[in-house]
Amino acid sequence: MATSSTKNGTAMSGASALVKSLEASGVEVAFGIPGGAVLPLYDPLFDSKLRHILVRHEQGAGHAATGYAQVTGRAGVCIATSGPGATNLVTPLADAAMDSVPVVAITGQVPSAAIGTDAFQEADIRGITMPFTKHNFLVTNAADIPLAIAEAFHIATSGRPGPVLVDVAKDALQAQTTYNWPSSFSLAGYNPVITPTDQAIQDAAALITQSSKPVFYVGGGVMKANATRELLQLAELLGAPVVTTLMALGSFPGSHPLHLGMPGMHGSVAAVTALQKADLLITLGARFDDRVTGKLSTFAQNAKIIHADIDPAEISKNRFADVPVVGDLKATIKALIPALTKALAKNRPDLTPWHRQMNSLREKYPLGFDVPSDGSVSPQYVIQRLGKISDPDSIYVAGVGQHQMWASQYISYEKPRTWLNSGGLGTMGYAVPAAMGAKVGAPDTTVWAIDGDGCFQMTNQELTTCALNNIPIKVAIINNESLGMVRQWQTLFYEGRYSNTNLESKRVPNFPMLAEAMGCVGLSCDRPEDVDKTIEKAMSINDQPVVVDFRVHRDAMVWPMVAAGASNDDIQIARETAPDWDSQEL
Amino acid sequence: MSKHTLAVLVENSPGVLARVAGLFSRRAYNIDSLAVGPTENPEISRMTIVIDVQKHALEQVIRQLDKLINVIHIAELTPDDSIQAELLLVKITATEKNRFDVDAVLDTYAAKIVDQDGTSITIEATGEPGKLADLLKALEKFGVIELVQSGLVALERGSSALSDRTLSPQSVPTADDGGQADYQN
Repeated sequence: MATSSTKNGTAMSGASALVKSLEASGVEVAFGIPGGAVLPLYDPLFDSKLRHILVRHEQGAGHAATGYAQVTGRAGVCIATSGPGATNLVTPLADAAMDSVPVVAITGQVPSAAIGTDAFQEADIRGITMPFTKHNFLVTNAADIPLAIAEAFHIATSGRPGPVLVDVAKDALQAQTTYNWPSSFSLAGYNPVITPTDQAIQDAAALITQSSKPVFYVGGGVMKANATRELLQLAELLGAPVVTTLMALGSFPGSHPLHLGMPGMHGSVAAVTALQKADLLITLGARFDDRVTGKLSTFAQNAKIIHADIDPAEISKNRFADVPVVGDLKATIKALIPALTKALAKNRPDLTPWHRQMNSLREKYPLGFDVPSDGSVSPQYVIQRLGKISDPDSIYVAGVGQHQMWASQYISYEKPRTWLNSGGLGTMGYAVPAAMGAKVGAPDTTVWAIDGDGCFQMTNQELTTCALNNIPIKVAIINNESLGMVRQWQTLFYEGRYSNTNLESKRVPNFPMLAEAMGCVGLSCDRPEDVDKTIEKAMSINDQPVVVDFRVHRDAMVWPMVAAGASNDDIQIARETAPDWDSQEL
Repeated sequence: MSKHTLAVLVENSPGVLARVAGLFSRRAYNIDSLAVGPTENPEISRMTIVIDVQKHALEQVIRQLDKLINVIHIAELTPDDSIQAELLLVKITATEKNRFDVDAVLDTYAAKIVDQDGTSITIEATGEPGKLADLLKALEKFGVIELVQSGLVALERGSSALSDRTLSPQSVPTADDGGQADYQN
C-alpha cells in the first residue's frame, strides 16, 4: 500500500506530500478542476496512480464526490482552487452535510502571507464552510499536510459521516518538507460513541414488548452504518411494520411484506398513518425531519419513542425520546436482537390486529396515478417502466422535485445504495453529477439519473465530462416544461398563478441535440406506447452516456401529500380528497 | 428561560471562537456573555458561556457544542457548585465633595480605585453579576462616564478539575486495515 511505499522522512514538496497522503488514505479517484492557488498540487497529481476526473464545474466535482461516496460507502474526494473554485463547492458541501455523506474537499488557498488582504481569488472558504462541514482545516505549513489529510478522512468517515474541507495555502504546497504520515491523531474532542449502553438496549427491548402497535421508523443512518442485514433480521424477529424515509429507501427491501413504504409529505397512506397511529416508534438513524413529521405537535401523538442514533445531538432535538440509544446502528441492532429475543420469549405482544389495520390501509390506498386523457405520457408511468425494465441492480439518482418524489414512489428499491438523492438540502442539479460519481464508484452497474427539465439545466455540463471519461450514465429527463413541484404548489396554494415556473423546455433547449453536442446519445419520447422501446434502446447503449427526453404531461401532481406545516392526519390522496377514515378501524 | 453557565474546554487553535460563535448564531441560541482565555495547559483554552435558554434547549446546546471537533469538554456550572465572577471597570465623576461618599460605596463592595484625575476616578470591581449590578446602581448617582464589563468566568468549587480529559492521541488507521471503513453492503 501507499503507506509503505513512501517512507516517512522522505523529502518532497507539500503538494507531493498531499498526493501521498491521499494515496495513503486509500483514495482512488478525485473529481476536480485546477486553478492558480491549487496548481502546485496538480503537478505531482499528474504522476499519481490516483485517477483525477476533470469536471466542468466545481459543483459537479462536489456532487460527483457525494454520488461516489453514497454508492461505495467510502469518502468521495473533490478538488478546487481558491476563491470561486472553492465557493462553487459550497452547495455540494452543504448538501453532503445535510445527508451525512463522507466527502473530503481539498481547496487551494492564496499564499499564507496574502491571506486577509483580499488577494486575487481569495475567499475565506474555511469561514464560509464552517456551518456545513463536519470540520474543516486551513493548512499554512507544509509539514502539517499529512496529519490534516489523515484527520480529514477519519472525521469524514467515522461517527456520523459528513463533509470535511482542507484548505491549503499555495506556499504550503510549494514548500519543501519531509513526508511524515502520522501514527496518531490529536483529536481530543472527537470520540464518537460506537457501543450503546447495555441499559439502553435493555430499556428498548422492554419497551418493545409492551407495544401492540410498533413501527420501525428507519432513516438513512442504517445504510450508513452498513446495518441493513441486521435491520432485516430485527424487523422479522419482531414482525413489525417498517417505514423507510427518503434517505433510507433500499435499506429494507421495498417489496418485503413488512414494508409500508415511505413516510412524510409524499409518503404512502399506510406509512404515514402507521406513524400517526403507532404506540411505539423504533427510530433507527432517522432525525424527525419536518418533511416526515408534518406539524410536529400532532405527530405520532400516542407513540413512545425509542431513538437510536450515532449522533447524540439528534436525540430529543425535535421529538422527546423515551429511550435514547446512542451508538453505531450496526452495534445497536446487533445488541438489540438477542435482548429482544429474550424479552419476546417472556412476553410476545399480539401484533395481528395492528397488521390487519395496516394491510387494509395498504390495500385500500395503493399508490396510483391518473392517465391523461389527451394521450400524453404520464411521468409516473415513465418512472415505473424504468424501474421495471432496467436491471434489478440498477442505481437511480434523482434531482429534486416532482420527478424525485415519483422516483421514490414508483420504483421499488430492494438493495441498499441503489437510490441516491438530495434529501435534506433539496439541491436541484444534484442528479447528473451525482450519477457521474455513482457510475465511477460502480462502473459495472447501470446508473440512471432521473432528472427534471429544470434540474437538468443546472448541471448538465457534466455530461461532457462523462462522455470524455468513459462514464456512460443514462439520464431520463422527465420533461414537463416546468419547475414542476413549484408549479404544483402554485396550483394548490396560489390559485394556479404560475409565476415563473414555465420553463418552455419542450421548445428550448432541444435536449437530444444538447446531449449529442456533449458527446452523448440523445433520444426523445412523447407517446406512452414508445416508452418501453425507448428505455430498451437506452439500455442497449453502454459505450456512451444516453439522454432521453421524456416529454410528459404537464399537470401531473405528486400524491399523496401532506401540505407543509399541516398535520399528518390531514394527508390527502388526491386534490381535496382525504382517505375515508370512517370506514377504517383505527 | 433561565440562565445557564457552561465551562467549555477547547483546543487552543485558530478559528475555534468563530466556530463556537457561529454555532450559537446559526442555531439561534442567545449568548448572554462569553469569556475566553488560556488555561494551565497551553494547548487548551477555556470558554465560559452564559446562555439564556430552557432546560430542553440547554441539552441541545451542549450536544451541538460537543459536535465541534475542537471542543474537548463541556460542563454546566451552577452558582452553588462554582465560583462565578465578572470584572467591572467603571469611570465616574468624582470631586473632592463627593469623594467620601464614593469611598463608602467602594468599601461596601470591596471595589478599588485604579485610576484618578481631578474630575474622575476609575473603579475596578470583581464579583458575581448581582453584586456588580448593585455596585453600579450605587455609583449611578455620582455620574457614570463610561464602563466596561467582562463576561462571566466560573470555576468549580473543590479540588476536581474539568481538564481531566487530556489531549491523548488516537492511532491512525492505515489503508491496509481499512483506513476508510468499507460500508459496502
